[in-house]
Amino acid sequence: MAKLNMVKALNQALFQEMERDADVLVLGEDVGVDGGVFRVTDDLQRTYGSQRVIDSPLAEAAIIGTAVGMALYGLKPVCEIQFSGFAFQCFHQIENHCARYRMRSQGRFHVPMVIRMPYGGGVRALEHHSESEEQFYAHIPGLKMVIPSGPRNARALLAAAIRDPDPVIFFEAKSLYHAAKEEVPDESEVIAIGRAQVAREGDALTLIAYGAMLRVALEAADILRDEDGAAVEVIDLLTVSPLDRETLVASVKKTGRAVVVHEAPRSFGPGAEIAASIMDGAFLSLEAPIRRVTAYDVPFVGFAREKANVPDVPRVVSAVRETLAF
Amino acid sequence: MPRIALEPRFQVEYLSILDSDGNLDTALEPKLADTDLRSLYRSMLLGRRLDERMVRLQRQGRIGTFAPTKGQEAAQVGSIYTLRPTDWMVPSFRETAAMVWRGWPIEKLLLFFSGHLEGGQPAPDQHDLPITIPVATQLPHAVGLAYAAQYRGDDVVVMAYFGDGATSEGDFHEAMNFAGVWHVPVVFVCQNNQWAISVPLKKQTHSRTIAQKALAYGLPGIQVDGNDVLAVYAATREAVERARAGDGPTLIECVTYRLGVHTTADDPTKYRSDLEVAMWEQKDPLTRFRAYLEKRNLLEEGLEQRVDDEIAEAVRRFEATPPADPVVMFDHAYAELPPDVQAQRDAMAASEPATPARPDASPEATPPTQPGATPMRGQRLTRR
Repeated sequence: MAKLNMVKALNQALFQEMERDADVLVLGEDVGVDGGVFRVTDDLQRTYGSQRVIDSPLAEAAIIGTAVGMALYGLKPVCEIQFSGFAFQCFHQIENHCARYRMRSQGRFHVPMVIRMPYGGGVRALEHHSESEEQFYAHIPGLKMVIPSGPRNARALLAAAIRDPDPVIFFEAKSLYHAAKEEVPDESEVIAIGRAQVAREGDALTLIAYGAMLRVALEAADILRDEDGAAVEVIDLLTVSPLDRETLVASVKKTGRAVVVHEAPRSFGPGAEIAASIMDGAFLSLEAPIRRVTAYDVPFVGFAREKANVPDVPRVVSAVRETLAF
Repeated sequence: MPRIALEPRFQVEYLSILDSDGNLDTALEPKLADTDLRSLYRSMLLGRRLDERMVRLQRQGRIGTFAPTKGQEAAQVGSIYTLRPTDWMVPSFRETAAMVWRGWPIEKLLLFFSGHLEGGQPAPDQHDLPITIPVATQLPHAVGLAYAAQYRGDDVVVMAYFGDGATSEGDFHEAMNFAGVWHVPVVFVCQNNQWAISVPLKKQTHSRTIAQKALAYGLPGIQVDGNDVLAVYAATREAVERARAGDGPTLIECVTYRLGVHTTADDPTKYRSDLEVAMWEQKDPLTRFRAYLEKRNLLEEGLEQRVDDEIAEAVRRFEATPPADPVVMFDHAYAELPPDVQAQRDAMAASEPATPARPDASPEATPPTQPGATPMRGQRLTRR
């Protein structure tokens, strides 16, 4: 048992998975000697060599494209895209090939690879270094889209993603990398992809969040408990796609109200799919419209205005209060 | 401080062994056994006859849109001939002749071009990727396969196909660059057929050759007469041997010509002259190779008929394929279907009729329809 931040926990997952499976290899920009710009791949190259921890040339499309080839051959590449804002330079490889090879080849091939990307705001960074763009991947059949919310679940989900036979997009919230340390057991753990967790039980309203927004949701729930006496149930999605509709619906059947929080812009975002799924499964239990607390539908605003754009605790509290009062 | 010329010692060779007038360079002529020469010709002929048959099938509405290979048989067969079954082939979408050589059953290719993904499924022991349509995006896959083979210590060479248009795509340059840096066993085979749909080579690149693009990435590049099967074979064999020996990748530019349409949905009279096509018809790869074999007394009696019979037999098998069961669309989306997708599948399975009609089946095979109820192409036939 050791107290680890998310960077160390992810690093440990990579060490453990590389130790357990010689087919696992790591590639990306600066992942070797430098250990990644956020140090998630620190010391891997020293341990496993430059053939297995590859400092690739600077080209996102070829990082993903060559990893697809490696995966088709039977290896299990873990790619790092330095910031999710740069992934549009490899989006065609992800959408056209990672997601489709199992189908295109009718099961002759599959693509067991993981694409790690730091995402989201909170680190006072320039354009393309702060966006939250999970909705693009969540929409693509054939992919899985995972976003952990803390060190322990990050390690367990990355292990699960590496062992998954299908391609997994793995988003890491930059604002969580060094945010908190958590007790993580020494031995490797796995959390099943596709399962949400109830982070806090309650019966007044279901508050749904993931990644960096989980902390915001939990703080809002504290305030609502202390100031309003409302027991808000908080759900940590962990996997955005495939969405754990069962857990969401079961919770809303109990609470009758739901608010979704995400850092991505609102329109056509995960909140819309979550709301539609709740309507499908728990329509007759609903006492109020489902509210979404999200970034606004504007392009990157610059970090001087980021706090006004990304959901914060007061916005969540106010949306919950309005929903409770409806 | 001075400003001096670096004089990098780069050169691009051009290789031609048997020209369109039948002149043969005996010093360069590859030492191929008679059986190999016959086999090369047979594959080229099969490629040509199949191509012509497929265009007719498409015009009759019996298969969908496809990209004909006519004119590029030497570039394809001459190169693929140098691979072992344990090597990997990475096609784009115009490699019918090469794919047949690699063991793809003709009926499977026909199935693919009638919209059935089953036709694109490589056999379990076949080291071929399926057809890739987005231009140049398969090239990084070839580099990744080669890296993986090298990582595992396997004796494998990867051959990747693409056209002249692909060399304008970023993925081409990224793949060449990664292949050079990683020094992996890949042979890039560019079929420069002069036209990327309506855009001619001179609007595609300002380079004198495509082969020279290799030099910027530290790889050898060679231009060959792509309608000369002996030259294509000789250049590719050299590149494959180099890759197998651990001496890295090569770019081969096969200068050829697309004698037919880009795809069956294309009308080339809009953008190129009949005169140009007629000029390239004089350089037909089959004509000169046939003359070469004739001189050596290697032409087989009745070969055309045997090839046509083989194709006809395959068309019969293709048209006897049972209709596509829609529910199969869920089988290969994921290793294990997520619960919600499983529910979508179950809902479809519960609502589907037992024997749906296949819209692209031959006229004899389609169920009779009521007068006035003729469906649009691609629409499911319904009986009221």
